[in-house]
Amino acid sequence: MKDAPENLGIDHDPVRHPEGCRPGLDCDHWVIRGARLRDPSSGLDTTSDIYLGGGRIVGIGEAPDDWPQDTAEHVCAEGHWLIPGVIDGWARLREPGQEHKASIATESAAAVAGGITTVVMPPDTVPVLDTVAVARYIKRRAQLAGRARVVAIGAMTQHLDGELLAEMAALDAGGCVAISNAHYPFHDLRLMRRALEYAATFDLQVLLQPLDPSLSERGCAHDGAVATRLGLPGLPVSAETAPLAQLIAMISETGARVHVPQLSSAAALKLIERAKADGLPITAGVSAHHLWLTEMDTDALDPNAHVIPPLRSIRDRDALRRGLAEGLIDTVVSDHQPHEPDAKLAPFPETEPGISGLETLLPLVLKLVEEDVLDFERAIDALTTRPAALFGLSDAGSIAVGQRADLALIDPDAMWSLGSIGMASAGENTPFVGWDFAHRVETTWVNGRRVFLREP
Amino acid sequence: MAVKFVRPKIPKFAPDPWAIQFDDQGRLRHLLTIEGLGPQWITRILDTAEGFVSVTDREIKKVPLLRGRTVVNLFFESSTRTRTTFELAAKRLSADVLNLNLATSATKKGESLLDTLRNIEAMQADMFVVRHDQSGAAHFIARHVAPHVSVLNAGDGWHSHPTQALLDAFTIRRHKGDFTSLRVAIVGDIRHSRVARSQMHVLNSLNVGELRVIAPRTLLPTHVEKLGVRVFHDMREGLKDVDVVIMLRLQRERMEAGLLPSEEEFYRLYGLTEEKLAWAKPDAIVMHPGPANRGVEIESSVADGPQSVILEQVSNGIGVRMAVMSLCMSANRGENA
Repeated sequence: MKDAPENLGIDHDPVRHPEGCRPGLDCDHWVIRGARLRDPSSGLDTTSDIYLGGGRIVGIGEAPDDWPQDTAEHVCAEGHWLIPGVIDGWARLREPGQEHKASIATESAAAVAGGITTVVMPPDTVPVLDTVAVARYIKRRAQLAGRARVVAIGAMTQHLDGELLAEMAALDAGGCVAISNAHYPFHDLRLMRRALEYAATFDLQVLLQPLDPSLSERGCAHDGAVATRLGLPGLPVSAETAPLAQLIAMISETGARVHVPQLSSAAALKLIERAKADGLPITAGVSAHHLWLTEMDTDALDPNAHVIPPLRSIRDRDALRRGLAEGLIDTVVSDHQPHEPDAKLAPFPETEPGISGLETLLPLVLKLVEEDVLDFERAIDALTTRPAALFGLSDAGSIAVGQRADLALIDPDAMWSLGSIGMASAGENTPFVGWDFAHRVETTWVNGRRVFLREP
Repeated sequence: MAVKFVRPKIPKFAPDPWAIQFDDQGRLRHLLTIEGLGPQWITRILDTAEGFVSVTDREIKKVPLLRGRTVVNLFFESSTRTRTTFELAAKRLSADVLNLNLATSATKKGESLLDTLRNIEAMQADMFVVRHDQSGAAHFIARHVAPHVSVLNAGDGWHSHPTQALLDAFTIRRHKGDFTSLRVAIVGDIRHSRVARSQMHVLNSLNVGELRVIAPRTLLPTHVEKLGVRVFHDMREGLKDVDVVIMLRLQRERMEAGLLPSEEEFYRLYGLTEEKLAWAKPDAIVMHPGPANRGVEIESSVADGPQSVILEQVSNGIGVRMAVMSLCMSANRGENA
């Protein structure tokens, strides 16, 4: 175990990784007593004991026949909620290639601290995730880290350069849960159409983020009143809607299953709504920050509010909230992009875009529940059931006997506020420092192992 | 071996982004943008400038207000005129002046903005005059600079150029007096103009009667009307009853970027000729932040004509910059309140 995550250096910090959540130290049989089990996918909402063994849920309410009463670990969880672990469908872990920003070890630890048990990584790593070798490397690194499960999305074109198709079928066979060209454009529409046709041959799930490279050139903020006042190069809504309309036309011709990971505008949502009504195999997601922040948050030129797609108008944000509540938007993702401090130490347009979002994904979505924007069932559905279905993770995303024991225990009455110092992620670039939240993840199990325990 | 990471302290963001211009006692410390100054500070700067403009008319033009102080012109984007007037202003206040043209040196070598800053700070500079091609650069520098240093924004990206707008307001006030009865039109490339944005803020703060912009849609930013202007696309309509015409410089890149078909068409539609100027009030003054492109946005006979105050703007610029420098420096000494 030469390159166990403990040897990375970064991992030594005893504050970040208390002994209690070291991998391999915890036992395999758990009984969680008295928690309120809440899983909208099966309509489960009951206070009951739950038994975990061999990485699976083995009993709800009563222990299985061969339960090792003496060696099993007990957790008293009265007053807490137990939900299926969150599946984050779009998060950069920066490894391989950008370990100066973060690593799979640090970020999968941050994920479980935020109740995320499965992280889905886009293929824009260095080298690009366009070969099975890279996919295997990532899987192995995640196993060594021993926190969240990390699954990868393979590249649609070689090096993501949009010119030659990647070996999509091989990537699929090698364990990739979907394919994508990340935020990189195709060289031309013909190649895009062929890539979709090829993917449809094998019924692969495709993820494409519509962003026109010429309309978004230099743009760093929503093309609206705030960017006009600050003199920031604007990124118009048409940079999203124009390529999305093209994509929809291609889907209707090729029948490819396509998911748009991050909508940012009301106009794009309208296109999705129409395409869904036409019965096209299209789904969509939104990042948690687009449900809370708007162009007004770039007003102070805070580089932590620099994201692509940009934070748009209040009307856009409200439309996205409604779309999520109605189920038109299927999933919510973190769009996690951890950065080293230097990446944000420059004038706003020159900073690297992105928010470190793993630890705020679940809190921000549950905050929408508190404010009556969403009901709890829809919130958990968007974070667990729908992404599980999207990525074909049939044994995750719900609480039922036989399912993977990927669970998050939440204290629903913990008043806390986000402090940058307490973050587990290597990236502290978040505009949510100082925000107050009511729900907090206390314990996380992945594959039946306790991988996170919040220190008192 | 355990590696302990020491995380650099990053200053927290103020809820009011413009509050950074003032110190904790409400004194002007940096001048980054017109926003947040309010009519009192603007008027105070203009009044102070009146005194300095008369200094520049004297035979011996120096006053000792900034003696022993070091002013550094940090120009990340090349400029001759603005840099020269800042330099003259600092010299007439008896400061030592250092000019650093960084457009060609340090940053091109991959030196980060923050390191350039720290190095010059270490040379005991008291004031940075900053020009940069990225919007928000002056704010970034002000946020990270040592507590004894003042930052003056000499233009950042498309965002702000406060001293230019102040000298324009100064020039208008000298000619027209009261702002509330004035109609002012800004003509040309508003979209890419930091000067236009600052002019809008300064004139609206001073409660100008009516502020207009005249340009084709490609040269206007989205929702420009939210900055408190009336939008016109036609010169004849836009110049009607106007007291002040401000022309902006049109850069050649705009044709290459597909924003305009040709300089000729622009000149035909929006270039300020004697014929078009006649549509404004007969005593209207013509302004230009310079350097003007004759035959592109303005006709020579207008630029050099009796209604033009373009050169006056340049000489007023020295006095206004002296005023801003002395006000910001006295905050450092604990004087202005």
